[in-house]
Amino acid sequence: MLQQAFNGLVGGAFYALLALGLSVIFGMLRVVNFAHGSFYMLGAFGAYVLLDSLGLNFWVALVTVPLLLGAAGMLVERVFVRRLTRLDPLYGFLFTFGLALILQDAVKHRYGVQSQPYPRPSALSGSLDLGLFDYPAYQVFVLAVSLLTCAATWLILTRTRVGTIVRAATERPELTRALGIDVGRWVAPVFGFGVALAGLAGVLAAPMRAVNPLMGADLIITVFAVVVIGGLGSIFGSVTAGFAIGLITALGDLYVPALSQTLVFVVMAAVLLWRPAGLFGREEAAL
Amino acid sequence: MILSRLTARPIPLITGLLIALALPWAIYPPVALDIACWALFAAAVDLLLGHTGLLPFGHAAFWGGSAYVTGLIALHAGLPFPVAVLGGAATAALLAVPIGYLSARLRGIYFAMVTLAFAQVVYFAVNQWRGLTGGENGLQGIPRHFFGLDLSDPFFFYYAGLPLVLAGLFAAWRITRSPFGRVLTAVRDNPARAQALGYPVARYKLLAFVLSAGLSGLAGGLFAIGHGFASLDDVYWTTSGQVVMMVVLGGIGTLWGGTLGAALIVELNDYLATAGFQEIGLVTGTIFVIIVLVFRRGLWGTVHDLLPTPAPHRTPRRPASEGA
Repeated sequence: MLQQAFNGLVGGAFYALLALGLSVIFGMLRVVNFAHGSFYMLGAFGAYVLLDSLGLNFWVALVTVPLLLGAAGMLVERVFVRRLTRLDPLYGFLFTFGLALILQDAVKHRYGVQSQPYPRPSALSGSLDLGLFDYPAYQVFVLAVSLLTCAATWLILTRTRVGTIVRAATERPELTRALGIDVGRWVAPVFGFGVALAGLAGVLAAPMRAVNPLMGADLIITVFAVVVIGGLGSIFGSVTAGFAIGLITALGDLYVPALSQTLVFVVMAAVLLWRPAGLFGREEAAL
Repeated sequence: MILSRLTARPIPLITGLLIALALPWAIYPPVALDIACWALFAAAVDLLLGHTGLLPFGHAAFWGGSAYVTGLIALHAGLPFPVAVLGGAATAALLAVPIGYLSARLRGIYFAMVTLAFAQVVYFAVNQWRGLTGGENGLQGIPRHFFGLDLSDPFFFYYAGLPLVLAGLFAAWRITRSPFGRVLTAVRDNPARAQALGYPVARYKLLAFVLSAGLSGLAGGLFAIGHGFASLDDVYWTTSGQVVMMVVLGGIGTLWGGTLGAALIVELNDYLATAGFQEIGLVTGTIFVIIVLVFRRGLWGTVHDLLPTPAPHRTPRRPASEGA
């Protein structure tokens, strides 16, 4: 039971990283990035390719892959998404949907649908004694990285000048611009940052989940539900909801295995009835 | 009244009917039926996307849900196929009531995400309920009963199914031209004002959602009968995405544009599948991205702009904020 709860937190670590990225991007651009799951998948494949063809290990991948994907994300924003941000936000959603199809099938075309193996880094192959039970060291590492990343993002947003600008631009873009701050400059870095978070989650997933082109496809819909629960655009809400949903799913798996996959959507329906804007969201979502 | 409106523009109407009737001569008949089904599905989605201003991203739940129910009715009750299809459509409409009730409280992107999430629940449910749905194998060997007539030839089945599609398309067209449809347009363009004028906006959205789901169910049920099986693909989110793609490709809010989009995408899928190309998303995704980036009015909208005389009662298209 306690061990299962810990499994839930590890699962929640992925939800939280992905939901955080989605929320940061949505806050600044008003775009729901459907391709977020594909960037997660690319993160895992990036780690696989670095190891398989260049012999670069997990630790190198953990740093370089998110950076590369972040740069790619900035490029995508500059070249494509920028053209859509002034339109109805639905177009951004539709564009990234098309992008997700392209990325997914491009990887499928190259590597096929079968899962690629990826070994655990040797330093984390053992298990840790957590007092009550032994737990795989790698899973503890994932949880720690996720928590640290979420905390770091929080600190950047609340304690630095860049973070203040991003928050201001999220809340009142026109007013921020009127104060002489070049909001446009920060849009691409924010998009890239969100994509990099997805990539980081992907690299972390490579040693413990199957690396295949479809790994992000179903996950992204669960993450959508997570951000709806937490409140789209709310950083705190996304992270909290991510870990909470991880826990609920894992415990649901223990007691009602047939329903574990749908549990998150049931929670979402309940939250919608009670608070249409999500637990920590602003009211703009509702009619 | 209805007839006079129909006959007011006879040439496009007659052309459309002739094309629909001639289709299985021109192309492989099963593909013709696919086009007809997807065309109705696209019109049903456009009812929400183009005429109510809601992007439904989970309509696979209704298309696929109906495909399974239709299949089960045809398999176990042995009823004529139109009855089975109507049963599937009714189930889809019924399923849309709780989903619509929860989603119609939201707008814009939230609506899209939430409908997507609920459709995923339907997908999981179908996948889990193996005894009934066959799980990953799908529902196979769905018969085409029709009062003892032999409809196994897809060429004849196309004509047997076409009236259902035409009836559905007619219903969609009628809805957009009805007073109810006018209120939906108002809801799309300015929900706050529609509410202030005394229209219960949430209820209108819900009704539009249920009608759209019912028509999607009609299309999905016929699709299942036509193929003789219902599969998990029918309820998967790629199906929801594909129909939205058809609508956007044809032109949001044009109703008939979706037919064009459906014909193109189905033909393209068929062509690529025949050529042995598996990764269809590479091609359709690219087309979709280009359409969204540079060609947002869609094919029908673009062609319509080129025609010299604009139609008298065409409503403004939905992206009001475009270029703002």
